[in-house]
Amino acid sequence: MIRWLAAAPFLGMLIGPVFLNRVQPLVMGMPLLLAWLVMWVVLTSAIMALIYAFDPANRADADEGGGA
Amino acid sequence: MSAALLIIFAFAALALGLGLRAAHGKDMNLEQWTVAGRGFGAVFVFLLLAGEIYTTFTFLGGSGWAYGKGGPAYYILCYGSLAFILSYWLLPPIWRYARDHRLISQPHYFRHRYESPLLGGLVALVGVVALIPYMVLQLKGLGIIVSTSSYGTISPHVAIWIGAAIVTAYVMVSGVHGSAWNAVIKDAMILLVVLFLGIYLPLHLYGGYGAMFSAIDEAKPGFLALPERGQSVLWFSSSVLLSALGFYMWPHAFGAVFTARDASVFRKNAVFLPLYQLILLFVFFVGFAAVLKVPGLEGADVDLALFRISIRTFDPWLVGVIGGAGVLTALVPGSLILMSAATLFANDLAAPLMGIANPDRIARLARASVPIWALIAVWFAISGSQTIVALLLMGYAFVTQLFPALIASLLRRNPVSSAGAFAGIAAGVGMVALTTSQHLRLTNLLPFLPSRLDDVNIGIAALVLNVVVLALVSLAQRRLGLGAPSPAGRAAE
Repeated sequence: MIRWLAAAPFLGMLIGPVFLNRVQPLVMGMPLLLAWLVMWVVLTSAIMALIYAFDPANRADADEGGGA
Repeated sequence: MSAALLIIFAFAALALGLGLRAAHGKDMNLEQWTVAGRGFGAVFVFLLLAGEIYTTFTFLGGSGWAYGKGGPAYYILCYGSLAFILSYWLLPPIWRYARDHRLISQPHYFRHRYESPLLGGLVALVGVVALIPYMVLQLKGLGIIVSTSSYGTISPHVAIWIGAAIVTAYVMVSGVHGSAWNAVIKDAMILLVVLFLGIYLPLHLYGGYGAMFSAIDEAKPGFLALPERGQSVLWFSSSVLLSALGFYMWPHAFGAVFTARDASVFRKNAVFLPLYQLILLFVFFVGFAAVLKVPGLEGADVDLALFRISIRTFDPWLVGVIGGAGVLTALVPGSLILMSAATLFANDLAAPLMGIANPDRIARLARASVPIWALIAVWFAISGSQTIVALLLMGYAFVTQLFPALIASLLRRNPVSSAGAFAGIAAGVGMVALTTSQHLRLTNLLPFLPSRLDDVNIGIAALVLNVVVLALVSLAQRRLGLGAPSPAGRAAE
């Protein structure tokens, strides 16, 4: 189920600009749209870390590398 | 000889030395040369794939776009993140299949998966046509960097010849090993340089980020967001999507995947690569800092923004270091591109056509063809048409057409036949070539659509056509019983 989180950055980056295409107010010194996109880049890493941590494939992989 | 020039030459010499040494102690057979015997761990694969993020296109183009276009430049920051998410599930099965069948290139994958040399040939052709403008772009960037940061002592043409010669030499000798070692130096350098510039310039020239962006917003209202028409929100979203889907469809990125030692490498990288991308933010800051301080650059000259503001602000030796880092951003991706073009040509076009099966002969042919590809790229870079960026965008639109057939090949039961894949790719590529060469808009082809849709990236429209044709041909073939669709993933073996 947790892997569906991966859809969130797509929504944030592709649909979000429709509503947030603005310069003001500046957030952390950056234009609003840029700050919004930067936030999603950071969240992408966080989400992928979560998915990685809960993915059973990363435990099964141990035998994959040495195999061939 | 100036301090800047000395430092740039030192970097070029270092790249050549490291590149040539990388072959040391290895038997350079075909598999070693192209995919490093599938022996690279997480760090090397990370850097090879990250090499894709920091090319001259991002170094000069990213700052140049921020300077010249403002808001639309943000798209460069976004598509990578989405591509890395896809890579988490996309790359492990591709890597596994390639390892099991000892595949060494992207067309090789398509040829084997769909059991169709014809399809492999088409994919190789699309790849080579897309790669050449990409290489030309690196060389042109190299020319700009060296001539600007040497304060005009070295002409762009001389720089292009020297750069091409260095890359050709170490690609012929070391193949992908040379690229990997240079990628280490390149990324360390670019990280330092870009972070330094992106922090120092806004603070030193404006007193802070907020002050800088406020000043720009006051001088050019709306510049820091997306415009109503043209490069609008619709353009932004469709271009981010197209580039995210196309990211790993570039033959050299696809080939870099094969160098991994195991599949977990890609899942780890999907966690860290998005954060690594944030360096691009600092590239933008440099471009934005230049907006009010070195105004007046127009057209192709916006690419000079980063160097113009550096020359204005710093001593020659520091300009030399920045130039040296810039040279590496051209040489490393350039070497991967050259190697890919040579592999595609030898392994996927020439070998099937001429019936060469011996890997050693294929390897010799690939290495011998490297100088030819370099010369073609140099010729285009020097004869210099204005349309290089247009060609690169066309290249992206081209390679993305491989995406549907690739996804289908990963399904447990592949519903797409090789004829369907062939027809879909041909239709998509044809539409991109037609519309870009004739400067047609979407509403020229489909007049009933609202004119707002003209902002949609044409590659996305072609992708839709591609999927429709691919589905229709596969379906018709099955209905009419004209030969069974190719077995899914060779499950029958």
